[in-house]
Amino acid sequence: MGTIQRYTAKERSNHWIVAIAFVLAGLSGLALFHPAFFFLTNLFGGGPWTRILHPFIGAVMFLSFMAMAARFWRANQITTADRQWMGRIKDVLCNHDQNLPEVGKYNAGQKYLFWVMVVSIPVLLLSGIVIWQPWFAPFFPVGLLRVAVVVHALVAWILILGIIVHMYAAIWVKGSVRAMTRGTVSEAWARQHHRAWYRDMTGK
Amino acid sequence: MALQSLDIKARSATTTQPPVARDPIHVAKLIDISKCIGCKACQVACMEWNDLRDEVGTNAGTYDNPRDLTAQSWTVMRFSEVEVEQGRLEWLIRKDGCMHCEDPGCLKACPAPGAIVQSVNGIVDFHQEHCIGCGYCITGCPFNIPRISKKDSKAYKCTLCSDRVAVGMEPACIKTCPTGALVFGTKGDMIRHAEGRIADLKERGYANAALYNPEGVGGTHVMYVLQHGDQPELYANLPKDPHISPLVSVWKGITKPLMSLGIGLAVFAGFFHFINAGPKEVEEEKAD
Ligand code: HEM
Ligand code: SF4
Ligand code: SF4
Repeated sequence: MGTIQRYTAKERSNHWIVAIAFVLAGLSGLALFHPAFFFLTNLFGGGPWTRILHPFIGAVMFLSFMAMAARFWRANQITTADRQWMGRIKDVLCNHDQNLPEVGKYNAGQKYLFWVMVVSIPVLLLSGIVIWQPWFAPFFPVGLLRVAVVVHALVAWILILGIIVHMYAAIWVKGSVRAMTRGTVSEAWARQHHRAWYRDMTGK
Repeated sequence: MALQSLDIKARSATTTQPPVARDPIHVAKLIDISKCIGCKACQVACMEWNDLRDEVGTNAGTYDNPRDLTAQSWTVMRFSEVEVEQGRLEWLIRKDGCMHCEDPGCLKACPAPGAIVQSVNGIVDFHQEHCIGCGYCITGCPFNIPRISKKDSKAYKCTLCSDRVAVGMEPACIKTCPTGALVFGTKGDMIRHAEGRIADLKERGYANAALYNPEGVGGTHVMYVLQHGDQPELYANLPKDPHISPLVSVWKGITKPLMSLGIGLAVFAGFFHFINAGPKEVEEEKAD
C-alpha cells in the first residue's frame, strides 16, 4: 500500500521547534515549581541561568506555536461528529475502533488539545511577562504578581498533562510518529484513523 | 550570611528538616515608636555595619530618605504626619524593615534551596549565593520588604545582624540608637519590656497603646510599641492583620505536591494503559 503526505517539511519543522521549546520551557519551569524538581536546574547551567533562560524559551514557544496554530486552525474546528466520537471515548481507549464516527484530519481528542493550547499558551505568555524579573515584574503591583504566578503554574500544569497525553497517543497509535518525522503516513493508517481525511486525499 | 549550622529551623525549597540540634534563645528587636525621634542613626549604623551605600536620591518633600527600602537600604524611617484628633498633630516615625516573621512568607515562596533560612532564634536570613533572582519572595512577604538588586539580581533585606547576633552582639541599629527606642534581647524579655512601656503610655493618655506582634504571621521577631495600637495603618500603612496571601500559602503548601503527583500519575496511566490495552495497530499492516 502507498503513503499519503500529512505534513510538509515546513510544518514538521514548525512542530518540532514548538516541541523542543515546550520541553525546555516545561523542564526549566518545573525546576522552580517544586523542590523535587529543582535538580532540573542542572540541565540549564544552574538556578540563575534557569531563571534567566526560561522566559526566553517560553517566548520562542509562543511565537512558533502561533505560527503553527495559524496553519492548523481550520482543520481543528469542532463538528457534531467530533462530539459523537468523544462520547465513545471508552471504545477508543479499548482499541474498539470499528464503528466509530468517521474522523477528518484530526480526531476530537487532537482538536480539544489544540484548543487547550490555543488558550493556554497566550495565558502563559501574559502571566509570564508579569512575573518576568528583572525587566517587567517591577512594574506590576504585588497582588497581580501573586495571581500571575498561580495562573502561570496552573495553566502550565494543564498544558503539561495535555502534552503527556499527546505524546502517549503518538506512541500508542502505531504509525503516527512518521507523520511528524517523515511527513507521510500509510494509506491504511489514514483509512483506519482518519477515514474522512483519507477519502479527501485519495478520492477513494 | 551563614549563621550557626546546627540551629536552622527552616530552609527554603527544602522538604526535610534542616539540622536543629541546638535550641538557642529566641531573640527579638523591640522598636518603641513613642521614643523614636527620627534621627536615622540606625539607618547610618546599618549602612556602616553592612557596608552598604545607596545612591543619593532626590528630595520628595518628606523626611523619608531614601524614599523606600532598596537592595542597599535595609531599613528606612517612614514619617507620617497624622491628625489623630482634631487639632492634635502627631508625627509618627516608623523604622521600616524586615519583621523576621515566625512564619515567613518569603521563605515559603522561595524556590531555591537554601536561599532563605530561618534560624531557631527567629532570624530570617537571605543567603544571596543561593538566590536565583526570581522575585517570588516579594510575593510571599506581607510587609513589602525584599528588594532585588539591579546590580546582581539577588534579593536583599535586613539580616537582623545575624552575623553580630551569632557572636553575642546586638544588632548595629540597637547599639547606636540614642534614645533607647530600639532594644534587643530574648523575645520574652522584649514582650515584658514592652508591657512596661505600654502601661506607661496608657497612664499618659494613650489608651490604645499596644504591642505589635501580629498573630497572622505567627508573631514577629521585630516588634513595635505603638501609641495607637488600634490603628497600625496610621504608621505608614503598617498592616493591621498581616498574613501570607493564600495565593502563596495554600498554593505552596498543598496544591503543588498534589499537582506534581498528578503529572507522575499521568505518565503511569499512559504506561499501564499500554500494558493493558496495547497499541492501536493498523489492521492491514498486521496482515502484511
Ligand atoms: C510563553 C512564554 C513564557 C514566559 C514569558 C514565561 C515566564 C516565566 C517566568 C518569568 C517564570 C518565573 C521564573 C523565572 O523567572 O524563570 C515562570 C515560571 C514557570 N513557568 Fe513559565 N513562561 C512561559 C512559558 C511557559 C511554558 C510553556 C511552561 C510549561 C510548559 C511554563 C512553565 C512554568 C512553570 C511550571 C513555572 C514555575 C511556576 C511556579 O513556580 O509556581 N512556562 N515562567
Ligand atoms: S529572589 Fe527571593 S524567592 Fe527568588 S531565589 Fe532569591 S530569595 Fe528566593
Ligand atoms: S517581613 Fe517579609 S521578608 Fe521579613 S521575614 Fe517576614 S515575610 Fe520575610
